[in-house]
Amino acid sequence: MESSRAITVTINGVEYEREVEARKLLIHFIRDDLDLTGSHIGCDTGNCGACSVIVDGVLLKSCMLLAVQADGATIETVEGLSESGELTPLQQAFSDHHALQCGYCTPGMLMSATALLRSNPNPSEAEVRKALQGNICRCTGYWNIIEAVRAAAAQ
Amino acid sequence: MLLREVEYAKPSSVAEALAILAANDGARALAGGQTLVNVMKARAASPDALVDLNGLEELKGIDLAADGTLSIGPMTTYAEICGSAEARARPIRGEVCAQIADVQVRNRGTIGGNICANDPTNHLPPLLTAIGAQMTVTGAGGDERSVPAEEFFVGVYLTAVGPGELLTRIVIPAGRHDGFAAVTLGADGTCIVNAAASVDGSLRVAVGCVGATPVLVHPASADDDAVREAVRGAGFDAPSDVHASSEYRAHLAEVLAVRAVRQATERAGG
Repeated sequence: MESSRAITVTINGVEYEREVEARKLLIHFIRDDLDLTGSHIGCDTGNCGACSVIVDGVLLKSCMLLAVQADGATIETVEGLSESGELTPLQQAFSDHHALQCGYCTPGMLMSATALLRSNPNPSEAEVRKALQGNICRCTGYWNIIEAVRAAAAQ
Repeated sequence: MLLREVEYAKPSSVAEALAILAANDGARALAGGQTLVNVMKARAASPDALVDLNGLEELKGIDLAADGTLSIGPMTTYAEICGSAEARARPIRGEVCAQIADVQVRNRGTIGGNICANDPTNHLPPLLTAIGAQMTVTGAGGDERSVPAEEFFVGVYLTAVGPGELLTRIVIPAGRHDGFAAVTLGADGTCIVNAAASVDGSLRVAVGCVGATPVLVHPASADDDAVREAVRGAGFDAPSDVHASSEYRAHLAEVLAVRAVRQATERAGG
């Protein structure tokens, strides 16, 4: 048993090795230790989904995981969606369809929608709604977000 | 939120996990963490050490025996149960797991964590009670005992899993047909009241959210009136809160028990 341990994680293709306290949540490790501040902390209670990231291909809320649990994992965050610097079709669709207002929830929405479109490239409206259930937006009423995801899927 | 300082262990076997739990009074098993990490943030739980069960393959997986008995590892996630061909032998399991919270939570949260947390509003305690599941609990020396669901759920957040023990298997008997109904806070939200039913000649109905543990009743028949009468006669005192009064919960208990029984009897072929 230990109160801290050295971990290695690969985030958006970059390998990081750090000593972390066992009590540190993955979201704090990503934001505070690695300065990858694209992933947000919204509610910090596991409800809002602003901290959603993809860990070894699985969409998770990084406020309900300890950083030490991510040892050896490959993690994708919103910063890694676009490799070329150009917006991905999904990001462009969010812009085109006004799928964000304040933008706070957007990193999590993009990660959830990315995970959805990988497993289900042509989702129905009901499937989009179910897939985004873990992500709360307090501005848009969701309508434009759902349209953006479906538009990206149609491309 | 910064958690209180905590030690961390990642055992490589169930035996090692049990040894660590037995040797450390303040240690607690960490399953999916979709409840525990949040209650640690709120300081509602404050373990001195976490024993991480993630990665223990012994505690994962779904086996369907030739006689139809399902054996589920407690560290199997909701998403794995939803997607499992074996679990489809008993479709209610996947159907109910698909209603729990959201994609992210279903990807990480586990069946064992759900029932060991035993929050009175959780979906799975009443379901496992109605379908007659048996829990295998393993102690420090590797001693195993089998606990029926009606004895497993002991009180609010309390189960038959004692200090230094782990839930190591969930066994679901074959040959029954099941139903589930709930009124929730929003789609797939927290249950206000839920009910599960299971029929195999005899009828088992378990109502959740109306007491510290699931309330198990055995209606004389699957008739709506018989089910309502059995629930009314169960003698629970449902809690009142901002979402529902005690009287409304008692009303929902009857309505949802009837719906769950109808689904179970339809599956049984009438």
